[in-house]
Amino acid sequence: MKTLILKTASNYLLPLLLVFSVFILLRGHYLPGGGFVGGLIAAIAFVLHAFANGLDNTKGLLRFHPGFLMPVGLGLAFVSGLAPVIGLDDPFMTGLWFPEPFPVIGNVGSALFFDIGVYLVVIGVTLTIIFTISESA
Amino acid sequence: MTQQLILYPLLLQMLLAIILMFFWRKINAQRIISMFGSLAHLAVSITVFAFIWNNGTQTVQAGSWEAPFGITFIADTFSATMVLLTSIAGLAVSIFSSGSVIGDRLRFGYFPIFHFLLLGLTGAFLTGDIFNLYVWFEIIIISSFVLITIGGEKAQLEGAVKYFTLNFLASMIFLTAIAVLYGLTGSLNMADLANKVAAVENRALVEITAILFLIGFGIKSAIFPLYFWLPASYHTPPSAVSAIFGGLLTKVGVYALVRVFTLIFVDDVFLDQILLVLAIFTLFSGALGALVQNNIKKVFSYLIICHIGYMIIGLGMFTEVAIAGTIFYLVHDIIVKTNLFMISGLIYRIKGSNSMRALGGFYANYPKLSLLMFIPLFSLVGIPPLSGFWPKISLITASFESGSYWSLAAIIFASFITLVVIAKLWAEVFWKDATEIPVRPKFRYFHAIKNIKRVQIIVPIVFLSLVSLYIGFGAEHIQTLSARIASELMDNQQYIDAVLNTQTPE
Repeated sequence: MKTLILKTASNYLLPLLLVFSVFILLRGHYLPGGGFVGGLIAAIAFVLHAFANGLDNTKGLLRFHPGFLMPVGLGLAFVSGLAPVIGLDDPFMTGLWFPEPFPVIGNVGSALFFDIGVYLVVIGVTLTIIFTISESA
Repeated sequence: MTQQLILYPLLLQMLLAIILMFFWRKINAQRIISMFGSLAHLAVSITVFAFIWNNGTQTVQAGSWEAPFGITFIADTFSATMVLLTSIAGLAVSIFSSGSVIGDRLRFGYFPIFHFLLLGLTGAFLTGDIFNLYVWFEIIIISSFVLITIGGEKAQLEGAVKYFTLNFLASMIFLTAIAVLYGLTGSLNMADLANKVAAVENRALVEITAILFLIGFGIKSAIFPLYFWLPASYHTPPSAVSAIFGGLLTKVGVYALVRVFTLIFVDDVFLDQILLVLAIFTLFSGALGALVQNNIKKVFSYLIICHIGYMIIGLGMFTEVAIAGTIFYLVHDIIVKTNLFMISGLIYRIKGSNSMRALGGFYANYPKLSLLMFIPLFSLVGIPPLSGFWPKISLITASFESGSYWSLAAIIFASFITLVVIAKLWAEVFWKDATEIPVRPKFRYFHAIKNIKRVQIIVPIVFLSLVSLYIGFGAEHIQTLSARIASELMDNQQYIDAVLNTQTPE
């Protein structure tokens, strides 16, 4: 789609939406949000960019195939679940937390890394599906 | 580290699937990882089984949330046995896949999905939470849907649509049943449910919920009026996929039925009667269906249905001897059915056809292979001392004791028809003179493929045949095991105690 307004806007919206997706990801422990929704928002940011600038430009922006995010995210979620088993011999997926909250981010624990894993998997899956469909269309 | 020993088969399978995803396009690396990973999984499963055998039921409360609030993983002897059988069948099919599945299919992520399927199966056997069971069923159905469609041939897609529609319906009914059960009791932990369901006064509603579970699991395990998806779809994918489906997918439905009807919905004469009637019809319809088929894979598909009847009939009689028969049959059936589908794949590789009419002359041309195939084929029939014979003794004894002569008749009828079907198959494929089958130009015949591939196709068949022989000749061991599982299942209090009395380790 070649409209100047959308093209210009999408250049600003991409970083904005990505930051917003991270915000949604971080607030998700007690409030609505989390890795799944955050991942969808991040994926939408890229899809919007692809609408305005063409698929090839977005792919150039990403530099790697989005499908690669799937095993990375799964691996991260897996390791965060496994950490208590290896570290403390606690049951699988027991939450491990830093005693003090970090500034800005808040409490950091293994659940956060699990959610980041979900976030990456969702981006990977959504972008792979959408890119594949729009390539073959 | 032994605290969470029972989770290791699950975690290892998950790790394998993730590692395999990193090697998406490198199919040779995937082959090696899958084979050695499956071997490691077998080792872990044996360790877990030995641990459970010596130390009794073990539980893990995932995330340290105490039962009944968190998700419980529990391994009693039944679960550990099923996990062990999964890893045996998984190892065989993993090796068989690297030999027989063509590269075009492997490039679309065959191995990662295959291990996700095994992950789902292992999880379903180990979980102690009914909603978690649903989640594992979803993982199984999604993975199996990918496996059944991978390659995208027309027949495959047609089979897949039937398969997916009915299995999806089953999942929805299963989920509805869980919702009703949760509404009744406010709990999802199976041990907790066992206590609470027994105390519910509205027995009619409990029975309806139980019937919903029966329908949901019944579609998945292909019992009488709900089996039509199975023969319509199991012959379409590559034999390696059919092997893991035929060996394990219907059996996870049976496992769920046995678990739910020995733990949560117990002592209900009405339900037992329904199970008995359904089992008898399953035996009859599966056997009759197998009689008229010409495609070897379709014959085996109908025999799956027929033999599911044996397991359900034992559950319906609900005595300790009958349940032991069910468990023994389950053990025997997983190994034999996996093997049979691999054999149909081998026959297909050799001749390029699976039609009984077209095939022939195997015994004259391949005497050693024929002897190898003799073992699983006649184990299935239950010629003593092969493995199918022993569980039937328990089932027949149990039906005599409980005086249900209809079940007795059905068991004997189904055995007889199985014998006829296999004898017909043997006469057609092995003894009949070879006929000329037109050579397919692009087909990769068995004699034309590399030696290593041939080894990869033959070795798993030999491996599973040896396991079958062990089940037959070492029947005493399996009988001891089945009797122990049956006594554990009949006494659901020990399961409940194991889940609810454990303290999370500090």
